Amino acid sequence: MESLNLPGILTPDFGLFFWMMIAFITLFVILAKFAFPTITKMVESRSNFINESLQNAHEANSKLASIRTEGENILREAREKQADILKEAMATRDSIVREAQVKAQAEGAKLLEEAKLQIEAEKQKALREIRSQVAALSVQIAEKVILQQLKDEAEQQKFIERILDETTK
Amino acid sequence: MKQITLRTLCLALLALLTFAPMQAAHASEGGGVDVEEIVLGHMADAYDWHITTWGGKHISLPLPVIVRSERTGEWNIFSSGEMTEAIHHGAADYKGFYFNEERNGKIYERMPDGTSVRPWDLSITKSVVQIWIVVFVLLAVFLTCARWYKKHDVRRESPRGFICMIEMLVMTINDDLIKGSIGEKHYRPYAPYLLTVFFFIFVTNLLGLLPVFPGGANVTGNINITFFLALCTMLAINLFGNKEYWKEIFWPDVPIFLKAYPLPIMPLIEVFGIITKPFALMVRLFANMMAGHAIILSFASIIFITWQVNAYIGSGLTVLSFVMMLFMNCLEVLVAFVQAYVFTLLSAVFIGFAHPEHESHHKD
Repeated sequence: MESLNLPGILTPDFGLFFWMMIAFITLFVILAKFAFPTITKMVESRSNFINESLQNAHEANSKLASIRTEGENILREAREKQADILKEAMATRDSIVREAQVKAQAEGAKLLEEAKLQIEAEKQKALREIRSQVAALSVQIAEKVILQQLKDEAEQQKFIERILDETTK
Repeated sequence: MKQITLRTLCLALLALLTFAPMQAAHASEGGGVDVEEIVLGHMADAYDWHITTWGGKHISLPLPVIVRSERTGEWNIFSSGEMTEAIHHGAADYKGFYFNEERNGKIYERMPDGTSVRPWDLSITKSVVQIWIVVFVLLAVFLTCARWYKKHDVRRESPRGFICMIEMLVMTINDDLIKGSIGEKHYRPYAPYLLTVFFFIFVTNLLGLLPVFPGGANVTGNINITFFLALCTMLAINLFGNKEYWKEIFWPDVPIFLKAYPLPIMPLIEVFGIITKPFALMVRLFANMMAGHAIILSFASIIFITWQVNAYIGSGLTVLSFVMMLFMNCLEVLVAFVQAYVFTLLSAVFIGFAHPEHESHHKD
């Protein structure tokens, strides 16, 4: 080796080798202890966390989707029920109105009937009054007529007999 | 985010490129341009950090020299500036030490008997300073990042901006490269080492592309550095390999004459493979980074060579060379990443081989 005159970069040099060893081992020990494991561990834990989060998000999404369909089902049922109830209510209303109409008609008819009966009764009463009045009048008239006509005896006799005849017949 | 970073980086490189030729120009004051000297000199390690040469004066950052004297057996610590100054003023040596120009300007010691020897040299050279700069940059970046995670609840927020970018890079390397190559079961203990290797090489490569301080030292293009990294990978592969792995090496599923008698050829090849795998890693990283630097420096040298011929050829080729340098720098940014990636990927693959799965074994 001594006889060969190699360029500097190819010549073994213990000093450079020694310092390279010291420097590199220092670097390696510090980095291996404090830097690289921290960095890789943290990045790995973060990537694990991201994976977990993704999975969780996926599950939550599917859950949400099922909840949504459930909600939609409930809503649809509610709507159907609502429509049914409305229909029923309408039918009930119609029937109530119809019944009311019928009842009102019947009531009206009854009232009319009663009014007629009352009118009839009033009429009868009026008629009776008129008749009694007419009878009283006629009695008075008859009294006066009779008082005038029965001034002579013969005629009185004749009249009494005739009335007797009439009533006994 | 990354695209923006790349674009800013390219722009910065474009602005800084103009400095490189200036430096190179003064290296050749003697007359002719010595391209080999410029290129190898810029890539080599040095005892000081040369910043620029202005008006014939070298402006550089002196760095501490730490050498053990062979005569006295004592450690000497002094500034490289003092030594350069003393030798510049005519002294033959400084405390018995001198720069041996025949040996790449390394410090040699003159012994009393007239011979010169290479003393133990643990100087803080340019490359060492560059390595420590990279170490501090990486520590700052990743400890900031780690502190963010400690202060925040990851279940509530994720980082933004710079920390997000770092996290993305770390997780790309961790998940795609390391986990993919070694396998889900065994990758965890190796991840910090491989991440450190990746970011060390990547940042060193990138800083090496900057032509001025705090970058510019050719660290990953130096065989000592890649040798150390490859050695680490070799240890990581073989120290923790499981029983299956060693059985594959010494007693593979092949006919007996291939593994025992007359010659255990398969075990020999496999044992040789233990060496060649990291060796390939070492050479690949070294050669790629060295070549990139060499090409960029060569394009810079073209400018000075052609300007010495005449101004017309010089100005014409300057434009061409500038465009080519720009292209190479952009390419080198890509190479900086690719080489760091390849080194880490192959390390991970080899570590994965050392942990064969039982299922795959049964399939064979």
